Amino acid sequence: MSLAETLRIEGGRILATLIRYTGDFHLAEDALQDATLAALQRWSDDDPPPNPGGWLMTTARNKALDRLRREGKRTAKEEEAMRLLDTEPPPPDDKDDRLRLLFTCCHPAIAPPSQVALSLRTICGLSTEEIARVFLVKTPTMAQRISRTKAKIADAHIPYRVPSDYELPERLDPVLVTVYAVFTAGHHAPTGRFDERVDLAAEGIRLARLLTELMPDEPECWGLLALTLATQARRAARVDDAGEMVLLADQDRSQWDHAAIATAAAIIDRHQGRRRPGPFQVQAAIASLHGMAPSYEETDWVDITELYRTLEAMQPTTVVRVNRAVAEAEAYGPDRALELLDDVDSDWHYLWVARADFQRRLGLTDEARRSLHRALAADMNDSDRKLLERRLAELKG
Amino acid sequence: MPRYAALIYSEEPTAPPSDEEMGLVMADYTEFGEKSRTAGVNLGGEALHDTSTATTVRVEGGKGGEIMTTDGPFAETKEALGGFYLLQASDLDDAIKWASQIPGAWHGRVEVRPIWEFPEE
Repeated sequence: MSLAETLRIEGGRILATLIRYTGDFHLAEDALQDATLAALQRWSDDDPPPNPGGWLMTTARNKALDRLRREGKRTAKEEEAMRLLDTEPPPPDDKDDRLRLLFTCCHPAIAPPSQVALSLRTICGLSTEEIARVFLVKTPTMAQRISRTKAKIADAHIPYRVPSDYELPERLDPVLVTVYAVFTAGHHAPTGRFDERVDLAAEGIRLARLLTELMPDEPECWGLLALTLATQARRAARVDDAGEMVLLADQDRSQWDHAAIATAAAIIDRHQGRRRPGPFQVQAAIASLHGMAPSYEETDWVDITELYRTLEAMQPTTVVRVNRAVAEAEAYGPDRALELLDDVDSDWHYLWVARADFQRRLGLTDEARRSLHRALAADMNDSDRKLLERRLAELKG
Repeated sequence: MPRYAALIYSEEPTAPPSDEEMGLVMADYTEFGEKSRTAGVNLGGEALHDTSTATTVRVEGGKGGEIMTTDGPFAETKEALGGFYLLQASDLDDAIKWASQIPGAWHGRVEVRPIWEFPEE
């Protein structure tokens, strides 16, 4: 395993454990960076250490100790950190460490967009540039947002722990949203080849499963798990042999993981009885209806439309409106769907892709072409871009 | 242990409260004061006269420059700083837990700000 791979897969875990030992975000990050530099000097490409993750963890621990020793005067907290770093046995893969870190990053004292950004940075090891693309902002803006958030965690002493039961209702929501953001970042990489970050999708599912283990009585945790499973189940059919994205209508449904779809459906059924609906359960129900449809045409578009209307009442966002419009177009025709998007303005490229599709179906070719040009002006992955360019060429022909 | 300023903001009453209303609010503050002092959280705190008594001072032209005084608070806002506590808490969650018991949290709002701890020389 190369250093870059090790960092991507194990970096978040190492950082989370270091933060638990030191109670200090900055120190933990600096120590991991020191260890990475040491690895760059000492590892050779063809002969990495037998346990690269363990090597990095041990080295980072020692680097954190070095940094603390260099400080002349230490606080009681730093003395305690030194004791832990020095005497505790090398940590096992402690899943709770990352969960603690997740709840810290998603503390309600942090603004929601910063919660997701910091989680992607620390737990999933995305670069600031990649996160900036997920959020459609410039890299320096994102760098500043992340560094301010870290400063707030340190200065305001936001604790590093999993909240107790009575706090969970308030604390859970931002965590669910963040885990889903991790999953989608992997499922649909913002730039480059869209299957590049398959590990993030798996990481999102793993975190979702962890949440159901920790909070089995929260239906939204199960909704999130079902949603990620049902979405991931279609993965194999989403890419063709050339690595291009295949639209839902054109996917080979025999390639879907029907066992995973059935698992997701069973989870939804089991928790519907609790009568505590939420956006993740609704989205999971939508994904599950897609998964169980024998073909695109035979999809239950009327029920899906109804679910999207429910979802929009819970989450009135552009993304939900666009998805709802796509379903309404199949259930009730493209003219009605196009109307739904008339008062929406966003740079999100799928808004313009959807508009182009409805316009094409209504015979408004010039308008469709303009919409596709508008879509192509946005940032997107190579696969999406090729697909849009192909559609534009078809419109011209 | 970190320290926090709990800054109490609320709308200033247009008319003086009745003795009965005042008594109820003061009883709540007394209760919070006793509870937080017993727990070792409350390091001090004061109530402020309302913003009509405030004077804002500024020195123009740098240190030693001209002293400018204006009548009124720094910012004219609907909700004004009416008092504060200095709290010692184990972390932000603990500080929020205590701040939520200050009567100002339901009469108005409480801003929790960490104290900048300078290293001792």
